[in-house]
Amino acid sequence: MNLELLARYGPRMLEGLLVTIELVAISVTIGAVLALPIAFARMSRHRWLRAVSFAYVYFFRGTPLLAQTYLVYYGSGQFRPFFNSIGMWWFFREAFLCCLLTFTLNTAAYQAEILRGAIRAIAQGQREAAMSLGLKPHQTFLKVILPQALIIALRPLGNEIILMIKGSAVAAIVTVFDLMGATRLAFARSFDISVYLWAAVLYLILVESLRRLWNRLEQRMTRHMAITGVRA
Amino acid sequence: METLALFSFGPEGWGDELAGGTWLTVRLAAATLPFGLALGLLVAFARRSKWKALRISSNTFTTVFRGLPELLTIFIVYYGGQLLLQKLISTVSDAQVTLSSFVAGMVALGLVFSAYASEVFVGAFKNIPQGHYDAAYALGMRRIPTLYLVVLPQFVRLALPGVANLWLILLKDTALVSVIALSDLMRQTYVAVGATKQPFAFYLAACLIYLTMSIVSSFGITAIERWSERGDRH
Repeated sequence: MNLELLARYGPRMLEGLLVTIELVAISVTIGAVLALPIAFARMSRHRWLRAVSFAYVYFFRGTPLLAQTYLVYYGSGQFRPFFNSIGMWWFFREAFLCCLLTFTLNTAAYQAEILRGAIRAIAQGQREAAMSLGLKPHQTFLKVILPQALIIALRPLGNEIILMIKGSAVAAIVTVFDLMGATRLAFARSFDISVYLWAAVLYLILVESLRRLWNRLEQRMTRHMAITGVRA
Repeated sequence: METLALFSFGPEGWGDELAGGTWLTVRLAAATLPFGLALGLLVAFARRSKWKALRISSNTFTTVFRGLPELLTIFIVYYGGQLLLQKLISTVSDAQVTLSSFVAGMVALGLVFSAYASEVFVGAFKNIPQGHYDAAYALGMRRIPTLYLVVLPQFVRLALPGVANLWLILLKDTALVSVIALSDLMRQTYVAVGATKQPFAFYLAACLIYLTMSIVSSFGITAIERWSERGDRH
């Protein structure tokens, strides 16, 4: 292990790790807020709402994240006069903010599909039971359907966050100094392959800690089901 | 109209460049698939092995390649493989060698693919009931016929949805090889943007081409799935 190299680039890579965490945490959180209305739109009675949300979800799940990031970051440059005129150019000029926007839209599409699947997996009898108890539709959804659906969605949501952590590395290609970006810089200056291995270790630690945290969260959220051994 | 002309074929337009890039993307994905499947099957066998060392190392393999960003795996294989190759060659001669980015991309994507595929395969094996092996044994079938007449058809049916999903992910992941200078669809689009200054139009076009590839794949997958379930109809 090259200690001099570690002393020179280690701090920068740790800063990059923080940027990665920031990027993922913000986009996953905003994505989660957007996911519920999108999931509703996918199940809506209105045909055009279904069509628009279907197109949105299909586009973001069917194209590479890298292409989406290029589309937002470089593509916005084509409309620079327009963004200038509405005073939004400061946003699209920043690679970090463009990545944040792209990742948010991307993860919202994935999370919406996870939520939709989970909501549909709840037995119809639950709805009928709630109705016969005289619960209003919004009460039925908030107190009966959603809590059960979230338990089903928990594991796929955890996987989605892990995919986001891994996917966020493309930010480095559009000049964001996340963990990957800092590592590329260190490699370009030192030509020492070991910097990539350090980055690998950091990513693995990040993903593994999230996985453990998520297992604990799942145990806690399903503790009322532990006696019968029923697992969602 | 001017924008449309940019997508025409020939020396003026970029249509042929994009088509060439698409062809490379398809070739890369198609070359990665058999490699990834074969390696994934080996890893799946190793994970079900009697030997502890084999189980531990195969589990480590899947944890690592499922946890690393695909981009990082590509860089490590590309630069690390180059270094390794050079070292190996230098023991016999002092010729300069370069690892082709196609091979590096294929190996890197194949490693990631196989890590996920081994999960799918292990799951598929678990879902074939022991009773089927017993029944085949009771009918006096030998090991090899049991394997390809009883186990394989079910295995294909059980593993197919997972593998199909991985194929769609693989198609999208190929975009990442553009960073190691492979002229795939993403890279060619990048070049076209540099020359035409029409980033939005070209990246949107690239997205639509990826989308088309996904849709075409989905049709193929549905057909294969129907074929694999032909024995399962009631």
